[in-house]
Amino acid sequence: MTIETTATPRTATDLLRVQDVSLSFGSVRALRDVSLTLGRGEITALVGDNGAGKSTLVRCMSGIHRPDAGDITFDGNVVHFHTPDDARNAGIETVHQNLALVEDLTVWQNLFLNREKVYGKPPFALLNRRSMKRDAEQMVSTLAVNVPAVTSRVRRLSGGQRQAVAICRAASFSSKLVIMDEPTAALGVQETAKVEQLIRKLRDDGHAVLLISHNFEQVLRLSDQVWVMRSGRCVGGRRTSETTGQEIVGLITGAIPA
Amino acid sequence: MTEVHTPASGSPLSGTDTQRSTLGGGTQATLTRVKDIGFWAEWAALVGLIVLVIVFQAANSTFLSTGNIEAMLTASAILILLAVGQTFVITTGGIDLSVASVMTFAAVAFGLAYKHGGNLTLSCLVALLAGLAFGVVNGLLVSMGKITDFIATLGTLSAASGAALIISNGKPTTVINATLLKLSSGGLGVLGWSFIIGAVVAVIAHVVYFRTRFGTHVLATGGSVEAAAATGIRTDRVKLAVYMIAGLLAGLAAILLVSRVGAAEPAANTAFLLNSVAAVVLGGVSLVGGRGSILGPVLGALLLTALTNGLTLLGVSQFYQPLSVGVVVVLAALLSRFQK
Repeated sequence: MTIETTATPRTATDLLRVQDVSLSFGSVRALRDVSLTLGRGEITALVGDNGAGKSTLVRCMSGIHRPDAGDITFDGNVVHFHTPDDARNAGIETVHQNLALVEDLTVWQNLFLNREKVYGKPPFALLNRRSMKRDAEQMVSTLAVNVPAVTSRVRRLSGGQRQAVAICRAASFSSKLVIMDEPTAALGVQETAKVEQLIRKLRDDGHAVLLISHNFEQVLRLSDQVWVMRSGRCVGGRRTSETTGQEIVGLITGAIPA
Repeated sequence: MTEVHTPASGSPLSGTDTQRSTLGGGTQATLTRVKDIGFWAEWAALVGLIVLVIVFQAANSTFLSTGNIEAMLTASAILILLAVGQTFVITTGGIDLSVASVMTFAAVAFGLAYKHGGNLTLSCLVALLAGLAFGVVNGLLVSMGKITDFIATLGTLSAASGAALIISNGKPTTVINATLLKLSSGGLGVLGWSFIIGAVVAVIAHVVYFRTRFGTHVLATGGSVEAAAATGIRTDRVKLAVYMIAGLLAGLAAILLVSRVGAAEPAANTAFLLNSVAAVVLGGVSLVGGRGSILGPVLGALLLTALTNGLTLLGVSQFYQPLSVGVVVVLAALLSRFQK
């Protein structure tokens, strides 16, 4: 198997580098010698059919799975994430497909969940609610999507608003890479456009974004680089400006050999 | 008014802000609120309590006498403690069926410690530790053992009752102690010491529930285990902690029980289990977890105590009391379906 690396030479501008990563679940080889790179300040798309290994790869990056073999280099260091917390502390935030918001909590509580600001020293620390609400308002006000008061419950929010809150949380707290798994899968046309605007804004603010999407038009619209996966392998990468939807479909289905 | 964690109406605000706007707000807002069934669901315990007080006072004027109020508040203390513990567990989406049995076990342990040592402080410590120990067992079974909360605590319910019978040999231990007697009979004006203990615990619990990271994590764990875990919250530890709280409070309740009865009996106390769950339901805490308050279950406990007291005062046979509690709880549960 050959991996096309000539299109994107690995340089110091790479934020994350996956090298020969393999992972098996029992007899199922979910990932086979996957290698790819994510550029700093770029939107990188990861495409492939269902079961191609996209989510498994992403889970290796966000600390949910640990690869059997291979290295992940993030920001110049080889990293071994044991938990999602490790990945988060390193600066990798993931917006999960199910959004991972708690519907019964308010917007500000979700934005600060497990990162609550407190007065005093544990175990006698009390929540600094005023400060969290104020900061949450500031975080939300930068969004293109109109989110209601930060004191409203997430349950009352529309799909687009929820996605906006989830992205907002991922983009905050000095994250360097935001991974998004199908961020617009459940959204309408207008909401999709707004969330795409948010994703562009993330890039403009200096975050690298890894976007998993089934929507080729979206991938072509948003991304700077596309990586294609097929049956657990990374079969190729293209600069988005130098490829077409047809070529990508060909790579996904195997009609175009990598 | 203390804060309730759930906003009652379609207001975009929530929590304290909603409360504030209601109290200081215009009549228009109040009117929409009154028409909203969700509001009644939220405040079922308070509304029920007010209705009961009016009805019982109309039927028997001694109901609101100082003596009877004091008796009711003192009688409610044990249930308040159990209901507060139950609230933490139910907020995570679990349930602790063993609270009353654990209280019995802790009471018997207290009695034996007192009988053999005669030291009140040590006996209290034994009761608290006995409750905490069962809490740890419950928590480990649910969080590490991944056993359904219902089954795990049903097991410890039986185990704790059995253990109480075994260590006491089935016999009650009389506990005569001046300090303990004062605990159940003395107080500050109309507030008995037992009730004051219950109230202090409730205030601390309220602060923990709404004003600490732990409280937020309890609510998040009940709201969505996956989402909570995805943000790095150790949901298994949260679950262990809430069962430990319930166990510890059952131990504290055991001390009040012994002081009230004057003896440590290995009796079943099943009414306390049902009433602790009932108080939580009346208090508007979601049984699937994720939302609730401490004030609600405390009002629920007061309501159930007032109900029992009022019926007794009216000369209604004791046999009707479980029936009336059952009806009130089912009505409250029906009403809670309209919570938003």
